[in-house]
Formats: sequence, structure tokens, C-alpha cells
Amino acid sequence: MTQAPGTDVPMVEAKGVRKHFGHLEVLKGIDLTVSNGEVMCLVGPSGSGKSTFLRCINHLERLDGGYLRVRGKLVGFEEKHGKLYEMRERQVAAQRQDIGMVFQRFNLFPHMTAVQNVMEAPVQVRGESRSAARERAIGLLERVGLADKAAVYPAMLSGGQQQRVAIARALAMEPALMLFDEPTSALDPELVGEVLDVMRALAQGGMTMVVVTHEMGFAREVGDSLVFMDGGVVVESGPPREVLANPQHVRTQAFLSKVL
Amino acid sequence: MSSNTDIVAIPVRHYGRWVGAVVVLGLLGSLLYAFSQGNIDWAVTWEYFDAPTIVQGMWNTLLISVLAQALGIVLGVVAAVMRKSANPVTSGVAWLYIWFFRGTPVLLQLLLWYNLSLVFPTIWIPFAGSVATNTVMTPFLAALLGLGINEGAYMAEIVRAGINSVDEGQTEAAQALGLSPARTMRRVVLPQAMRVIIPPTGNEFINMLKTSSLAYAVQFGELLYSATSIYSANLAVVELLFTVSLWYLVLTSVFSVFQAFLERRFARGSSRNLPGPTVLGRVLSNLRPGRKP
Repeated sequence: MTQAPGTDVPMVEAKGVRKHFGHLEVLKGIDLTVSNGEVMCLVGPSGSGKSTFLRCINHLERLDGGYLRVRGKLVGFEEKHGKLYEMRERQVAAQRQDIGMVFQRFNLFPHMTAVQNVMEAPVQVRGESRSAARERAIGLLERVGLADKAAVYPAMLSGGQQQRVAIARALAMEPALMLFDEPTSALDPELVGEVLDVMRALAQGGMTMVVVTHEMGFAREVGDSLVFMDGGVVVESGPPREVLANPQHVRTQAFLSKVL
Repeated sequence: MSSNTDIVAIPVRHYGRWVGAVVVLGLLGSLLYAFSQGNIDWAVTWEYFDAPTIVQGMWNTLLISVLAQALGIVLGVVAAVMRKSANPVTSGVAWLYIWFFRGTPVLLQLLLWYNLSLVFPTIWIPFAGSVATNTVMTPFLAALLGLGINEGAYMAEIVRAGINSVDEGQTEAAQALGLSPARTMRRVVLPQAMRVIIPPTGNEFINMLKTSSLAYAVQFGELLYSATSIYSANLAVVELLFTVSLWYLVLTSVFSVFQAFLERRFARGSSRNLPGPTVLGRVLSNLRPGRKP
């Protein structure tokens, strides 16, 4: 079943993805495909399952049903002789190296400076030398406009700056795919722009991105596709301008009338 | 009154504090008087304060406390990490360790280690072969194992609380970067848990300074044992108990100052207000009128 990674293999392929927490069914069969270089925005009311789905992509949540492939490879499971085997934590960790993730609450390591945060994974996971990793880290901080904050601890940075460091940290592993879990929801309104600017530049550079967001302006402008989720299912999807301008489904219309 | 000058007002007078201080001083004075008139030869207490046996005992108390606490910290971290393990065997072993060593008195554990030869007359040690347990299980080793392994069980709970205090988002961020569970623990979780772990560890050490006196039961020459060895000869029992009391107060006072420093240092950044000054500092500033504590 597994295909060799190539241009024809989608970055993410989800089929019938289901997830429940106890008796609560959060994802009720999600079918989605993210192509290479695509920027997909997931929108929907809170509790719709969009963050849970995002977390399934790098196996922070284990699927209960269906399957999910990243670059043709199952995430968190191995397929041998037609049977599924759960992966060891170490194998999952290896898979996650190619998938960067940015969290709503930044989750920078508070005991490390900005540059140490960015260096951590290349040094610890890939065994890069400290000097090479530091050099690359400074370059990444420059890219998000924070080269002058390299030696500063997260507590001394604004929310927007912390989130930009978090993006640089995820980029340090040179991921093929970036996941954003409501990256601007915890920010003061005047700080949202600087983070979206970094994300826009990333998208223009060709990065494949899945973005859970409430920023409809960003979705319209940067997104290649927009997926509206509600109640654990995909209600509607399509090019952002079309969906936002002319939603077909009643639930989409109701949601958009509240947020636009 | 102009609005840009400092307020000059008469502060609230705390007359009750003055009355309270006089009452406390009175009680303290009468207590001291009672003891000075009692059947105690204070000269003996002072005389033995720097006697070689007592001073040696003090160093032994310090030594066994430091070593047992160090052993406790190592065992505590290991046990706490094991308890968090997804492997039921690993977490079960840690649970069993904590259950047994917290569930039985430390004095009893000391006696068990010391009397190990009754169970196993000889033990086999790598590179040394089979040796008589009695020659290995010296009072020092029995005290170290008894106190250290017991302490480890308590430290495990402190370390576990520290690990639990670290936000789950930290683990997720480390996982998302591809860090293995072991590296996530060592590089991300434990360093942040330290802020919660270190202050109570200082407390545990101050406790250990006193608990180590139980090692006198296994003939280890710490402070209390030194005192008993002297008073069993000269019968100045209470005098020598006071001598070692003074030494314990010296030791705990020194490390309490250190502990207060640690607490302030690790509270930095986590609280807007630094912990207040020490008790002595507060008493002094309270008695001065017009100063806020």
C-alpha cells in the first residue's frame, strides 16, 4: 500500500479519521487531502474538532479509526503483512521531525534563551554541532525579525515575539509540513499582524501548511483551500474566496455571519 | 495640602504588639530563670561544647546528612521518573519502593540494615567475592542506606510534584520537535521542575540533620551517639543533651539561612512579590514605628 514519496503523493492524506475521548466522539470520519505546497486553513466553531484533527497529523493524538498518511507513510502505525502495528515512542519521535508545529500558547522552553530554543532540536535530535546549529538558529531568528533577541529569555518577549521564536524553532528541523494550532488566538490584537506576516512569507516560500485559525482575512488572502468543520465532520471546503463569499451550507453561513 | 508632595501622616500605632512583646519576654525570662535554678550544671554543657568527641560527632552528623540526602535525591529522581513511565513494570517497581520505605519507620529500617547479617551471614560482592556481611555493614553504611533509601521515597514524591507542575504544553512542544521521551524529560521537564523541587529539598535536608540522630541506634558516631557515649560515663545526661541541642540549633540555623536564600532565588520570576524578609527581620521592622512589614 505504501507509495514512495514523490510529487504525486499528497503531503497529508486523511481517510475516515475518527477520534473519541471517552464517550465523546470528536472526529466522526474526516476525509482531507493536503497537496505539496498547499496552505490549508481549518476554520469552525470551538469544539468542532479542528485542533484535534491537527494534532492527529503529528500523532499528538492517536487516531481511533480511519487512517492518516503524511508523504505516503502512516503516522504512528506501521503496516506489515496487512496488519497494523503501533509504533514505539522513539519511532514516532523520528516521524515528527519532518512535521513542525506551532501552538496557540507558544510553549517556548522558558529556561532557554530564544536562540537556545531554536537550537535545541537540531542539537539533541539530529546531533548537529552546537556552533552550526547556533549559526542556523541566528539565521532563522533573522528570518522572523528577531536576530537582536537571540540571547533573551521568553519571559522578556512579547506574545508576538514569542510566537515568532516558536515558528523559528519549528523551522529549525527543516520540516516538510508546518502545523499551526490557532497561532494568533492568544495574542493581543496589535501583535497578530507580525505573526501573520511571518506565516505569509513562509507560505510564499512554498511551505506546505495546515492552519487552524479564526483569521478569515488571512485565510482569504494566503490560503489555497479553506475547510469548514463543525461537530467533528467537514461541512464544506473549497477555495477560500468562494467559501467565504458564497457559503453553501447553512452551518457555514451561520458561522461566517458571526465571525465576518 | 498640595497634590504633588508626599503624604505625611501619623502611622497606625500597634500598641497590642508592644504589650504582646512584653508578655512574651516575661514568659521567656521566667522559663530561663527556672532552668538556671534547676538541677543542671550549665558549666558542663559549655565545657563539652567543643570537646573533640562532640565536634567529631557534629562532623559525622553533617557528613551522613549530606551523603544520605544526596543518595535520597538520586533515588527520588529515578523513582519519580519511573513512576511516570508508561511501562507498568517500571512504574510498579517505583510504587512498591515508595510504598515500603514510606510505610515503615526509618528507625526500623536502620535496624534492619544494621542487622542484615542475621538474614544473610555472607554476601557476594562483585570483584570481592563472598564476604561476611558484618564486615561490610558498618554503622556508617547502615546509617547511609537506612537514611538515604528512606529519604529517596520522600524525595520521589517531591520530584513527582515538581514534574507534574510543568505545563503539558512543554512536553507536547518537545515531542512535536521530535525529542525522545527521555530527552524531553532530561532537557525540558526536569530543569523546569527544579523550581518546585529545590525549596522543599532544602527543607528535607534540614529535617535530615535532625533525623540522622536516629543513627545512634546503629552505633554510628554522630552527635547524639557522641553525647550518649560521654554521659554514660559521667552521668551528666541532661547537660550533654543540651550540648548537642545547641549544636543541632547551630547546624539547622546555618542551613535555614541558606534555605531562605534558595527559596527567594527560585521564587524569582514566578511571583510578583518576593517572599518577605526572615522572621527576625520582620520582628525588628514591626517594632519600629512607621515602617510597613
